[in-house]
Amino acid sequence: MNKIGPYTKKVIEYFKKPHNYGRMKNADGVGKVGNLVCGDVMWLYIKVDKNKKGKEVIKNIKFETFGCVAAIATSSVITDLAKGKTLEEAIKIERQEIVKSLGGLPAIKIHCSVLAASALSEAIYDYFKKKQRKIPRELEEKHQQIEKEKKIISEKYKEWIKLEEKMHQG
Amino acid sequence: MRKKIYMDYAATTPVDPRVVKAILPYFSEKFGNTMSLHFFGQEAKEALEESREVIADLIKAKANEIIFTSSATESNNLALKGIAFANKNKGRHIIISSIEHPCIMESAKWLEKEGFEITRLRVDGYGQVDPDDIKKAIRKDTILVSVMHANNEIGTIEPIEEIGKICREKEVYFHTDAAQSFGKISIDVDKMNIDLLTASSHKMYGPKGAACLFIREGIKIIPLLHGGGHESGLRSSTINLAAIVGFAEACEICKKGIKKESQRLTKLRDKLIKRVLDEIEESYLNGHPKKRLPNNANFWFKFIEGESMVIQLDLLGIAASTGSACSSEKLEPSHVLLAIGLKPQEAHGSLRLSLGRWTKEKEIDYVLEVLPKVIKKLREISPFKKH
Repeated sequence: MNKIGPYTKKVIEYFKKPHNYGRMKNADGVGKVGNLVCGDVMWLYIKVDKNKKGKEVIKNIKFETFGCVAAIATSSVITDLAKGKTLEEAIKIERQEIVKSLGGLPAIKIHCSVLAASALSEAIYDYFKKKQRKIPRELEEKHQQIEKEKKIISEKYKEWIKLEEKMHQG
Repeated sequence: MRKKIYMDYAATTPVDPRVVKAILPYFSEKFGNTMSLHFFGQEAKEALEESREVIADLIKAKANEIIFTSSATESNNLALKGIAFANKNKGRHIIISSIEHPCIMESAKWLEKEGFEITRLRVDGYGQVDPDDIKKAIRKDTILVSVMHANNEIGTIEPIEEIGKICREKEVYFHTDAAQSFGKISIDVDKMNIDLLTASSHKMYGPKGAACLFIREGIKIIPLLHGGGHESGLRSSTINLAAIVGFAEACEICKKGIKKESQRLTKLRDKLIKRVLDEIEESYLNGHPKKRLPNNANFWFKFIEGESMVIQLDLLGIAASTGSACSSEKLEPSHVLLAIGLKPQEAHGSLRLSLGRWTKEKEIDYVLEVLPKVIKKLREISPFKKH
């Protein structure tokens, strides 16, 4: 059997033994993305340090995720991909790279890879913000996009609440 | 060897070996078309009518009140659409509950587009419809009330006898989808004032591809499928005799052991529920604690998501489900769990374990051994765990 549920072996391996999970105390940056209503929430913590060349690198990274198999697997992959990378490199990690590392994801779960990529860029954004540094344009754009999507989802959530209320009123 | 524990009997059941044995002659030996006049045809016709009697007997109906279909979905479509279009001169109002199976929900939605009016009744926190709400909702132009016998996700049994009584008094047809309860708990269509009832073979150890709709004599209904006039003109299609013979054999087997099996499963179910609630923190039961199917346990666990649980259990050799098998492709939380008052994030954390004929106590013990570990692990990964 090559697949379990709709998932590849690699997805299942990451899901079974996720890397770098748990909370990080005194993180330099935290990215919180996703929405409970949709069933996926990722929190990503980073610790930043300088390498020998004086560039800032992600020295340590951890995640906490509420969600499906794909959400947990993509969280784990993003930590592997980002660890040791310079911030410049880390910002450039795209969701395609995550999907590739997992040997593919079911179409319905692609949004999990988007979420993982967003969690990382939000963590870096948070780091820059905390350091009161100028936010690179690329990162600012990503942040704006994520904020926009958050809004759309919370609108959707309102609809859910309305629907629930309607059901209870009969 | 990898363990293989099946705890998803509500999705479908294995075919009982006795049923398989009964079916086999109907593929190559007794293969006739029930409409043929020659002896092959007549042999088939006889087997069909015998099957009809057996199934009718299980719900205390008459044989001519059973119409064979291919699935519970088809039966439910026939019940709703067939009644709606046959009675539209009397009225266009139909009442259903808000926790029906998708094939009722979607049929109702479609009828709405065709100009019918649907009332979806709320349920309480256990998933029960209040018969008083039915009384209040019935109007002069109400033509049908459809409330399921037992819910497929949370297992709650609806007060259909009371609902049937109200419908009879108000002279409104009453349909119940008994796909989950048929063969598991006793049904008497007269005592319960049921006018139409859906039952399915593959939920009670028969093969897939056979189901039926009980239609009380004198009920006005039109067919969905037009053709050669099979099944009293209500369902044209060559009869799928092998599946129907299997359905009937499955009914015979269920009938013999219905009480004993129900008691056995109830005991196992209650052990499972009690121990899970006792031993796993922040775990909750979905559905009614007592008025529920003998084989259904449905929980929700705080801080974690259902699909991860199902796959973790799968890796440990346990086949379970988040809710209904049909909705596992959708990302929205179950309409049933929302209707009983769960928040979307809570509904995402649900797990259904459904037991059946081959469930053994040691399998329950194995689930009780590994489930707490699975939940603990997923909670360790979750950002919402307590610290």
